Amino acid sequence: MRKKKSEVRIQNPGEMKQRGYSAVVVVIILIFSFCASLSFAEEKWPGVDESVVNKIAKEHGREAWEPLINTDQGDLLLFVFLVAGTIGGFAAGYYWRVLMENRSGANRNRRA
Amino acid sequence: MKPIEFLKTSVLLAGAGVSVASAGDAYAMHISEGLLPFDWAALWSGLAVPFIAFGLYRLRKMSEADLSFKPLVGLMTAVVFIISCMPIPVPTAGTCSHPCGTGISGILLGPSVSVLVTAAALLIQALFLAHGGLTTWGADIVSMGVMGSFTGYLTFRALRSLKVNMAASAFAAGLLADWATYITTSLELASGVRGDSEFLPLFWQIVAAFVPTQLPLGILEGAITAGMVTLLYKKRPDLLVKMRVIKAEEAL
Repeated sequence: MRKKKSEVRIQNPGEMKQRGYSAVVVVIILIFSFCASLSFAEEKWPGVDESVVNKIAKEHGREAWEPLINTDQGDLLLFVFLVAGTIGGFAAGYYWRVLMENRSGANRNRRA
Repeated sequence: MKPIEFLKTSVLLAGAGVSVASAGDAYAMHISEGLLPFDWAALWSGLAVPFIAFGLYRLRKMSEADLSFKPLVGLMTAVVFIISCMPIPVPTAGTCSHPCGTGISGILLGPSVSVLVTAAALLIQALFLAHGGLTTWGADIVSMGVMGSFTGYLTFRALRSLKVNMAASAFAAGLLADWATYITTSLELASGVRGDSEFLPLFWQIVAAFVPTQLPLGILEGAITAGMVTLLYKKRPDLLVKMRVIKAEEAL
């Protein structure tokens, strides 16, 4: 009798071991990142745009302009994401119907 | 694409979107609005135009052959958008930066469509997140889109033709795509802001300033790229065949 794919996977100790190691590595990285962020909480973590790009440009007499649309004001950025999410959601919903049309059509034909 | 996978991807993107939205400052390496003088900004924009035009042409051709290519391109645009504005603290440098995502998009979509995808992601970031800018959009497309995508794609193809395994090829592609992007950014910045200073010393100064952050981040980007390609190879080899990353006989 053929075994199910999932049964074969569970019985493969090499793969299980590999997955276990991967999970441990991911957990260690997460803990390390969390501890690092806590221990440096008082410090600033500047982006390379600040620490390299803008800094060097400023040293040579060029400064960045204000962004055309400054969303860094209160909750404006969250509002922008809300609008983008709404538009994206409607688009995804519309194309979901288009994408699934053939599938549901096929099911209907099968039932008939 | 199966509905459940679409759902999983949407949830993942929504989560990433929330994390991006909650991030206060920009941690981008993109060249900010107005940093480059007009002539240099125009030059880089002019250089980016043919790549975008060819990307549009390739997208149309590939969609004509298979319409389902378009949703995949949309998903990859979201992936590049998220990856390229995801701040990652680098404890060795005490700074934050982000991977580019163009290595993976170059491998999966081909370099010309990947340039197009990057241009779309950079435009949204420039408009709403103050990552990069409209005047420096062309320069950012050239560094991240053109250099990142072509370096990633060519590295992957070259290593695969030498029979290097999938994971190692993808790792090298992600790593070199990231580093190529930052070297090009250094070149653009040095040429644009140098004034009367000499070009080469300033170029090396910028490269050296990027090294503590980008050296480890490039390795991380290599690992992310290798992980994504290997996962696709194991779970959905049919997608890799469809996107011409592997031949049908190579599929598991």
